[in-house]
Amino acid sequence: MLIRHAPDLTDNDVTDRSLYLRRREFIGGAAGLGLLGAAGQASARGLTYGPGFSTTEKPTPKKDITSYNNFYEFGVNKEDPSENAGSLKTRPWTIRVDGECETPTSFAIDDLIKANKLEERIYRMRCVEGWSMVIPWVGFPLKDLLAQVKPTSKAKFVAFETLMRPSEMPGQRWDTLQWPYREGLRLDEARHPLAILATGLYGETLPNQNGAPIRLVVPWKYGFKGIKSIVKITLTEEEPASTWNLLQPSEYGFYANVNPAVDHPRWSQATERRIGEADGLFGGARIDTLPFNGYADEVASLYDGMDLTKFY
Amino acid sequence: MATLALPALPARYKPASIWALYAIGLMPGLYAFYLGIFGGLGADPVRAFEHLLGLWAFRFLCLGLAVAPLRDLFGINLIAYRRALGLLAFYYVLAHFIVYLTLDRGLILSSIAGDILKRPYIMLGMAGLLMLIPLALTSNQWSIRRLGPRWNRLHKLTYPILLVAILHYALSLKVIDPEAAFYILVTVILLGYRLVRPKIMERRRAKRMAGATR
Repeated sequence: MLIRHAPDLTDNDVTDRSLYLRRREFIGGAAGLGLLGAAGQASARGLTYGPGFSTTEKPTPKKDITSYNNFYEFGVNKEDPSENAGSLKTRPWTIRVDGECETPTSFAIDDLIKANKLEERIYRMRCVEGWSMVIPWVGFPLKDLLAQVKPTSKAKFVAFETLMRPSEMPGQRWDTLQWPYREGLRLDEARHPLAILATGLYGETLPNQNGAPIRLVVPWKYGFKGIKSIVKITLTEEEPASTWNLLQPSEYGFYANVNPAVDHPRWSQATERRIGEADGLFGGARIDTLPFNGYADEVASLYDGMDLTKFY
Repeated sequence: MATLALPALPARYKPASIWALYAIGLMPGLYAFYLGIFGGLGADPVRAFEHLLGLWAFRFLCLGLAVAPLRDLFGINLIAYRRALGLLAFYYVLAHFIVYLTLDRGLILSSIAGDILKRPYIMLGMAGLLMLIPLALTSNQWSIRRLGPRWNRLHKLTYPILLVAILHYALSLKVIDPEAAFYILVTVILLGYRLVRPKIMERRRAKRMAGATR
């Protein structure tokens, strides 16, 4: 299946792929000529933003994004998901959206993909383990889906659940985590335009190891918030349970916003290693981790007045 | 206790077999280094290399500590290889530490200092390395003669080293996976044996004495 690009969305659709992959050079040139506004200017570590919400940092090679995964449903080692996820059947696939909403609905995945405008979003992804990637997702804003079911005034949170199918997800036969995997967002976080449901990667259908057929991407939070292979979304009044928080509440909070100032109890979060930057063993220096993973301008206001060392 | 009859290696081949053990033992690290240089260690080669060195250090530590129970319980005498196993463990720990300092932390001393002071698992790893140094330095005939019974006492440090090594490993993980569970079990068996060993030995001595007086 090909990912359908809405014709009015990005220039990528009409740009030759090789030119597109060299777009940084053009953006860099444009910035030099003063053609881009403040949004295009370098910040803390040379971050520049293209149109929309995409970073112009160099995307991590596809082979790394698709072979270095944390997806414990397929095993705990990084290479396990790419080796074992082939067994997952992603069709037919239904997502149930219910809870505190006026029109609870079950969506067939293909209908959902057809009904929503897909966009490319090149986001940074920071894992709680201290590594990061730049990933060209294809997806649509989560808020668009939520709007379709009309949340009631009681809805304050959104709960997500991954498929439970040990026959195709061998990792679920070992109790590393409490299955099925669960995650949650506050409703205002879920409605933030940066939060997307991704159905594609590098312009193609999302590979199983990356959370096919549909997964959450919230780039200002640690990667484990990005729940994969979603089958259920529930609007709730109370803060929902989340898997890593259930396992070790002192180490994994509900919010899990990327924060270099709040360390994981067992390791520092001040720096990260960008996957794919090093050629072999050498040259992969650590880079500084940014508050909210570099998305502070967009999302910091969601947490005004909150003590982020307490609500980590 | 049954004694397994192993074909004994002629004494003249023993030195060569010990050198072969060093050569074979260093192979996994050297091969991983080669793979790492040419991009064969996956998406995060530094992490993969660092972890591999740590894991081999742990394996050699366990093998070294398995020598005594193998001799006590099964009559397999590998004592001639124990020094090589211990030193291999030390070399791997040293390489693991150097990779941590250079490739992983990029020699940024503030980050390293903060890491060591704040992270229990890094501190445990450091403690293991520090305890290994005197053992490596005294792993020669001269030290054994010179230290006499104190040498044996000093080298009992291998047991706390194994303990901090497994804690260092387990605490660096997000979850205890089957592989880690296996190594925890091995550690429990080796340390557990150490605790019951005096009793087993005593009972055996008593039996032998009873046999001799009959």
